[in-house]
Amino acid sequence: MEIFQNSVFFGISLTFLAYGIGLLLKKKLKLAVFNPILIAVAIIITVLVSFNIDYDSYQNGAGFISCMITPSTVCLAVPLYEKLDILKKNYKALIAGISSGVVTSLLNILLFAFIFSFDHATYATFLPKSITTAIGMGISEELGGYVAVTASVIIITGIIGNMLAEAVCRIFRITEPVAKGVAIGTSSHAMGTAKAMEIGEIEGAVSSLSLVLAGIITVAGASAFANFW
Amino acid sequence: MKYLKQFCIIILISFTGEVLNKWIPLPIPASIYGIIILFTLLCTKVIKVSDIREVSKFLIEIMPVMFVPPAVGLLKSWGIIQNNLWQYAVVTVVSTIVVMIISGLVTQLVIKLSKNERKK
Repeated sequence: MEIFQNSVFFGISLTFLAYGIGLLLKKKLKLAVFNPILIAVAIIITVLVSFNIDYDSYQNGAGFISCMITPSTVCLAVPLYEKLDILKKNYKALIAGISSGVVTSLLNILLFAFIFSFDHATYATFLPKSITTAIGMGISEELGGYVAVTASVIIITGIIGNMLAEAVCRIFRITEPVAKGVAIGTSSHAMGTAKAMEIGEIEGAVSSLSLVLAGIITVAGASAFANFW
Repeated sequence: MKYLKQFCIIILISFTGEVLNKWIPLPIPASIYGIIILFTLLCTKVIKVSDIREVSKFLIEIMPVMFVPPAVGLLKSWGIIQNNLWQYAVVTVVSTIVVMIISGLVTQLVIKLSKNERKK
């Protein structure tokens, strides 16, 4: 079993294989509940627990995958640049929609911190919950939250957004493609954006823009809100 | 060498982002500095989209799998979550839906208002 502790390829292989199984299951079962990331995490945790493999041995290799989050997030500048005309044309609506979403999210967490009497670390953990993982984890770390919990909460947020986007837009009569994109990208980052891409091109592009802008606005917003609790 | 060059550009920008994150005393992560740098370089035509197209497309496409290892970190933080499971569930579900509704409706309202303005 020593090879599991020493080889970096163990963590990498396990991650890719588990995610591959997740993709297959989603393709076969076509249910939003079968989210590939969710399935991969379940498989990996099961493997680690049942074979009694140390968490750090897994991260030893898997860390090579997650360290690519920053360069990948940097690449989001490309769709942002390519869809600049949509951004310019709707800039008022985009700014109003995205900032109202960010403020709503932060106020919501403040309200829940009050209701459930969170400590500061828990509050800081939830503040960046609606934005893309790379930025959210950074904010959580800077503000003294539980980074791993933030990552989990962000991913659960993404899964919820991915699952409920169509229903929520229908029930609340959000019919304008740009508005749908803002709703999905602002509330549920990259994982919601995957759903927006399925709904339509404009929805997908605007959702990408929204996740980037919501992330940037949240950096400032969360730092300010961190002082309130 | 095409892919190496593209990858090199992206990694250099990421590294510059980390340097800025270290030097500037603001809670802004390297990735955000990186997006701003790359976006600026694209707008000023210092870098063309074709200089990074394939690798950036690849990285964005495989992004979801990169979130798996941090999510496995749930294993380590399960103790904290377990004790407050229902609270965490309520906060996550409710705020996601509320943000979706508010941001979507506000955007739609502004679009409708500006359309009406144009008609006048």
